[in-house]
Amino acid sequence: MNLYDKTVHELHEQLKKKEISSVELTNALYDRIGAVEDKVAAYVTLDKENALKQAAKVDEMIAAGQDIKPLAGIPGAIKDNISTKGLRTTCSSHILDNFIPVYDAHVIENLRKDETIFLGKTNMDEFAMGSTTKTSYFKMTHNAWNLNRVPGGSSGGSAAAVSAGEAIWALGSDTGGSIRQPASFNGIVGIKPTYGRVSRYGCVAFASSLDQIGPLTRDVTDAALVLNTICGVDAHDSTSLPVDVPDFTKALRQDVKGLRIGLPKEFFGKGTDPKVKEQIMLAAEKYKELGAEVMEVSLPHTEYAVITYYIIAPAEASANLARFDGVRYGYRNKLATSAPEMTKKSRSEGFGAEVKRRIMLGTYVLSSGYYDAYYKKAMQVRTLIKRDFDEVFKKCDVLLTPTSPVVAYSLDEKMDPLTIYMLDVTTIPVNMAGLPGISIPCGFADGMPVGMQLIGKALDEETILRAAYTFEQATEFHKAYAPLGGDK
Amino acid sequence: MKVTEKDVRYIAELSRLEISEEEMPMFTEQFNQILEYADILEKVDTTGIEPTFSILPLYNVMREDEVKPGVSHEEAMKNAPAVHNDGFKVPRVIE
Repeated sequence: MNLYDKTVHELHEQLKKKEISSVELTNALYDRIGAVEDKVAAYVTLDKENALKQAAKVDEMIAAGQDIKPLAGIPGAIKDNISTKGLRTTCSSHILDNFIPVYDAHVIENLRKDETIFLGKTNMDEFAMGSTTKTSYFKMTHNAWNLNRVPGGSSGGSAAAVSAGEAIWALGSDTGGSIRQPASFNGIVGIKPTYGRVSRYGCVAFASSLDQIGPLTRDVTDAALVLNTICGVDAHDSTSLPVDVPDFTKALRQDVKGLRIGLPKEFFGKGTDPKVKEQIMLAAEKYKELGAEVMEVSLPHTEYAVITYYIIAPAEASANLARFDGVRYGYRNKLATSAPEMTKKSRSEGFGAEVKRRIMLGTYVLSSGYYDAYYKKAMQVRTLIKRDFDEVFKKCDVLLTPTSPVVAYSLDEKMDPLTIYMLDVTTIPVNMAGLPGISIPCGFADGMPVGMQLIGKALDEETILRAAYTFEQATEFHKAYAPLGGDK
Repeated sequence: MKVTEKDVRYIAELSRLEISEEEMPMFTEQFNQILEYADILEKVDTTGIEPTFSILPLYNVMREDEVKPGVSHEEAMKNAPAVHNDGFKVPRVIE
């Protein structure tokens, strides 16, 4: 087995036993990147020099007999909207293509303390707005299962990197499904933690009431290990929750006896690929076999979740992206002769079409005369969506759904924005209610991975981790490797 | 039709964006498609429902007002597109 195909926990044991060195491992990853990156295009920026320096440091620590953390010396990839001091952070946007952060995101600080290794920054939909990674200013990322297909998004580069053996683990961010959907499209594990679990400090804001950072990994154990490092309250983010962070690896037990699993019927609606549904139903059967109690439940406001999201998220984005004015950082049009013209031209040339669409949509729903009809209404419907979950969680412990109604589709697929937005129906409600959700591989349809989503109560990542771990240990899906097939 | 090209032009202006004449029909059509779909929200009775601005049980998080080191002036200027006398340089604002 290749080093680049292993998990964090396997490699940690090998590092501790001195069977491999971190430098050797890091070089193996860059060799793999050298071999497949021209096909996959997962990265925007690589940082080999600093990565190897850090690897040498960890090797010295091990040689000196020091205890090392589980992520120490293990190479990962960071989505390019997470601020890394001294390392270019672009959000895959022209407007930030020369931006070098002067501070680290809170999650990066935590990861550095654990002596981990950053291979580079991964491609994404511009400002995380999209679900294909096709809105990136720089390049299209390809799905490692079939290079003619999308990797999903917006954390498509992070997911493709892990899936293609170009990173052992990765960070993404999830505003409406941007970790879970690409995890499902790439046959890996992805978690969106409870809103407030992870500090958003240094994650370039898209929709502040919805954004959360989380891990993309090869198995559930690795996801728990990354969560252990990135979770926790942070004085720099007043929305990070002042609650204890458990050791998530303690939740990894093979035990779902008596666990009450709800199947929300609205998440299997008419847009669902029957082959995807079939895999989820087989997973439900598996859970029954393993001793869980499975029941159909209803979240009646689900059909309103997508449009509610596409009012709230653009509204927040229109305010957050107002900071890109060409004055203090980012791209500037140098020909403008007045400051207002400079701002307008810089933004118009710096942002791509999807970002412009959402800024304008957000501006519209917040504008005088439309605020009550759209924005306030959406915030009220958000309350109803959350209440649906509160009700359902009186009856069950976790919910099981498809992560996406479809498997990864062709890169050439032409869909209008609304059609693409509708495919977020299974992930968006989770962000609206601030709940934790995990996607894990549960089968295949048309040769592409299918992901199932487990949704938990607020701050109850442990139960979804336990349910995910139990399923994973009882199945083989997480052991399949992306073949880099297709002809791109 | 919910919005016309004129409306889109106005929204673009509020957003500090320029939309070219070639792009205008596309953006207008897409806005209409999305906003017409938003009509389904009229089916939901939200009388007396409080809006959810934040999902968290937090309100006005306070901390001690202590002086702590921040980003230095030099660092803050590092990504500036144009600098003059240690400040951000922009084209003339007032004629």
